[in-house]
Amino acid sequence: MQLSYYPGCTLKTDAKNFEKSALAVLEHLGVSVDELADWYCCGVCFSQTRDNLMQQIAPVRTLVKAKESGNRQLLALCTMCYNTLKRSIEFIKDDAEKMETIHQFMDLETTQFYGNEVDVVDILTLIKQIGLEKLKNSIVKTDAGLKIASYYGCMLLRPKEIAIDSPDDPVIMEEILASAGCENVYFPFRTECCGSYQIVNEPEIVKDRTRKIVGSAVKNGADLMVMLCPLCYFNLDEIQQDIQKEDKSFQTIPVLYITQLLALLMGLKPDIHDFSLHSIDPRPVLKMKGLL
Amino acid sequence: MTKNKQISSHRISSEDVDQLKDISGVNVYACYQCGNCSSACPAVEFMDIPPHQVIRMVQLGFIDELVKSETPWICAACITCTVKCPRGVDIARVMEGLRQLVLRSDFEHGNLCDIDEKLRKKLPQIALIGNFRKTIL
Amino acid sequence: MKKIGVFVCHCGINIASTVDIPKLVEDLKNYPGVAYIQDYKYMCSDPGQTLVKEKIKSEKLDAIVVAACSPTLHENTFRMAVQTVDMNPYNCEIANIREQCSWVHKNITEATEKAKRIIKSVVEKALLDEDLEPVKVPVTRKALVLGGGIAGIQSALSIANSGYDVILVERQSSIGGRMAQLSETFPTLDCSQCILTPKMVDAGQHENIRLMTYSELEDISGFVGNFKVKIKQKAKYVNWDKCTGCGLCIEKCPKKVPSEFDQGLGKRKAVYTPFPQAVPNKPVIDCENCTYFKTGKCRLCEKVCPFDAIDFNETESFIEEEVGAIVVATGYDVYPVLNMSEYGGGKIPDVIDGLTFERILSASGPSGGEVRRPSDGKIPKEIVFIKCVGSRDPENHYPYCSKICCMYTTKHAMLYKHRVHDGQPYIFYMDVRAGGKGYEEFYQRAQEEDKVVFLRGKVSKVYQDDDKVVVCGIDTLSGSNVEIRADLVVLAMAIRPSKGIEELAQLLKISIDQNGFLTEAHPKLRPVESLSAGIYLAGCAQAPKDIPDTVAQATATAAMVLNLFSREYLLHEPIITGVDEELCSGCGLCIAVCPYDARKTNREKGVVEVNEILCEACGACAAACPSGAAQQRNFTDTQFSNMVKAILAE
Repeated sequence: MQLSYYPGCTLKTDAKNFEKSALAVLEHLGVSVDELADWYCCGVCFSQTRDNLMQQIAPVRTLVKAKESGNRQLLALCTMCYNTLKRSIEFIKDDAEKMETIHQFMDLETTQFYGNEVDVVDILTLIKQIGLEKLKNSIVKTDAGLKIASYYGCMLLRPKEIAIDSPDDPVIMEEILASAGCENVYFPFRTECCGSYQIVNEPEIVKDRTRKIVGSAVKNGADLMVMLCPLCYFNLDEIQQDIQKEDKSFQTIPVLYITQLLALLMGLKPDIHDFSLHSIDPRPVLKMKGLL
Repeated sequence: MTKNKQISSHRISSEDVDQLKDISGVNVYACYQCGNCSSACPAVEFMDIPPHQVIRMVQLGFIDELVKSETPWICAACITCTVKCPRGVDIARVMEGLRQLVLRSDFEHGNLCDIDEKLRKKLPQIALIGNFRKTIL
Repeated sequence: MKKIGVFVCHCGINIASTVDIPKLVEDLKNYPGVAYIQDYKYMCSDPGQTLVKEKIKSEKLDAIVVAACSPTLHENTFRMAVQTVDMNPYNCEIANIREQCSWVHKNITEATEKAKRIIKSVVEKALLDEDLEPVKVPVTRKALVLGGGIAGIQSALSIANSGYDVILVERQSSIGGRMAQLSETFPTLDCSQCILTPKMVDAGQHENIRLMTYSELEDISGFVGNFKVKIKQKAKYVNWDKCTGCGLCIEKCPKKVPSEFDQGLGKRKAVYTPFPQAVPNKPVIDCENCTYFKTGKCRLCEKVCPFDAIDFNETESFIEEEVGAIVVATGYDVYPVLNMSEYGGGKIPDVIDGLTFERILSASGPSGGEVRRPSDGKIPKEIVFIKCVGSRDPENHYPYCSKICCMYTTKHAMLYKHRVHDGQPYIFYMDVRAGGKGYEEFYQRAQEEDKVVFLRGKVSKVYQDDDKVVVCGIDTLSGSNVEIRADLVVLAMAIRPSKGIEELAQLLKISIDQNGFLTEAHPKLRPVESLSAGIYLAGCAQAPKDIPDTVAQATATAAMVLNLFSREYLLHEPIITGVDEELCSGCGLCIAVCPYDARKTNREKGVVEVNEILCEACGACAAACPSGAAQQRNFTDTQFSNMVKAILAE
């Protein structure tokens, strides 16, 4: 299996743990990815206007690069990137007029892109494609007995056109974790928004969301919470500390990227994780469960 | 001066309403006010006008009030409302349309310099850029 | 050449304001074949018809063309009129210059020209029209009713009481249907079973009704008045001729399975009757769950049966019958809660559908009418009802209103309050549709006397939290999101046509709409007939409706069946597609395209023959025929060709 890989900005900076662990897990499963030679910002937060094609240029440029790479599939680890790229394809495909206009604004890109030549894929779907059986066989820490709360966030599930699973009742993370020998903890807020970029101007929203989401995961008995989105990760990890400062009774929970957990369960070298990037230190739980 | 809000054919099909429709591409008249968007909205308690009332006000042509509302700026574009709508009204696009109506005349909403310095240093890029995408034209 | 009279109607100003009628009359009076032409303000009025009749006589007309509205409205009026002056009705033609001309145009010159051409073309058709006589068909005065719920029972009884034989076919082992499952009925709160069971007994004992339960329609052929049906009797493994219904087998059967009748809340045995008042009150063995069928051992029922009625070797059997009319009353299913993942449907045990709550409320239900929730048997103190679940949701589920939920949910809340006095019922609603006799008053009673709290808005999420079910919704009237920590949540799920409706519709050659409900012949004027002659509709198979509406419709359906049975023979429209035996080569192309099985090869003659009764004159054969042998009466190729020429002339 050969596919292109689009990292996006945050995976090279704040979310290094996600990139390193995801690539290590894929390599362990026998999948190598080619990072796009020359990539740009995806645009972040898909523009929902109908009349402003300028906002589509950023994602389309990346999609052109992906087409030029010759691989059909483009892996986007960051869910924000996944959402933006995928929705961009939905918005422009089968619309020659829109594409024509967008191409007029791109001088450097000579390759024509029509919208159907590249499939943007997220890592959960990719792991399912590789095979849950294969994943199961790659796990060495089979008796960790971890209770995991899987947090989906928004970007993989909404809108419906780009959803990787049922927007109301997704199961893909739970399926993957069950194959990896974990016990799944269903908590009612697992698909609810963390507050997203409102952390910038309205941090109170994020605090409120984090309190509900984390509280619900803790109440349902989870040891750890896993997720994929670097923004959710920041909001749910970092903000837990702020809440605890205000409210001592607030119970925190360590947050990991799902690939970090998989890498640990596969017995891959722990030095790919920079635990100093975690605001709530996961090491005590991981040690207790024999993963470190 | 009357306290009643004036409703008229002129207001219901004003240019503002048309412009919002052009930007968003949404047919708000499919809404039957079930309120599912507001019920499911993760940030509704921070809004001055809940989403279902936003749609109602678009139906009635109260765009002048909506562009003064904080609601579109509280919306985090999580698309929950759109997914929940039984009538296929893309509420998230209406919110984006309202933001654009403001930005297309004011260029920016709020002040970038107001962002807390300590927070700004910690924030991942996608938070900042996502925020800029929604608050700057 | 035939002498044609043309009568131009003004239809008040409907036609006259757009079509220049004096000019039209002037221009047409010399058209070949037109022997007489006259206009009149309302041709369909009595004086108008009299004028037509008088002129047929005085001008010795051979055929007439009435230029007026659509033939679907008044063709019959004028055909009846001309018959009284001894003109063959098929020599009366309608030229539609209203719906197809005056109503859809503004320019008078153009509309007048178009009206002229329409009339000319119809004159051309009338010139070659032949006298036709309707085909006579005998009627078998026996009805088949499919479905033994209240709709089927009511239809069957009405037909049987009029002296005709009825075969009542029901899929389950007992008649009764959904109504037998209900607790009390709105708005009078009378016990559903108490009012239904006498009718069930009537149907079971009626000398004109042959009950065929645990049976299904297997095959059908024929046509109105003359259907041949094949009915499959599923294997019961109990010989009902010997069985007295003593119930010993049921008592001794060691195998318990969830009862479908109790919506899975209670248990039944593997040999069972669905409920105590079943008609017929005789058991069947459910071979899917029977220990003997699964393991080869047991046969306890056989041992205890004093009448030697258990027969493990029984197989399914078939009977064939001739019937004249068929009533389809196959009812509804509840859209499964499993489809509502956002409400925890199928995952949270205390999230149930309305029909399940009926069983909880029912005096004959598993809890004897005490309101206890499924998970732990506790009496719920906070109970939430959610309406429009799966209904009115074109985006995710069904677009239509299920119609009965507003009233039954109000009833649920009321009955709950009558049993749990310190409990609080809440109803999330979108609109309250209480448009029946006594319904609005019932709704008001629930608000005023029973203190049911109505919350206007949808619920976005339901989740389990400890032993509570948390309901997150909105009350749009106060403009606030609300949360209720409930003990039990009842979903008023959409209702949809019962399972297998598509296959049945295909078998019967009747149509279903985009939501799967059977389509009536006309939504207002022919509400109980299907588009296939002789097949009638009743109950929720046609559209969601409550018991009063169902009974009214089922009675109306019976009236239509009796209307058919009141005739010794039927007259079938003589406009059919015949076969010119001299031209026909017997290639059979027309047989393949005929949707009514009306055409067959006559091997001796080497030509195709047509069954005039089955032919519905759709014309598919005429289009397929390579030699022109298949010609529709009064719609021949020559007529069409002349009509087209008249329209395109100049």
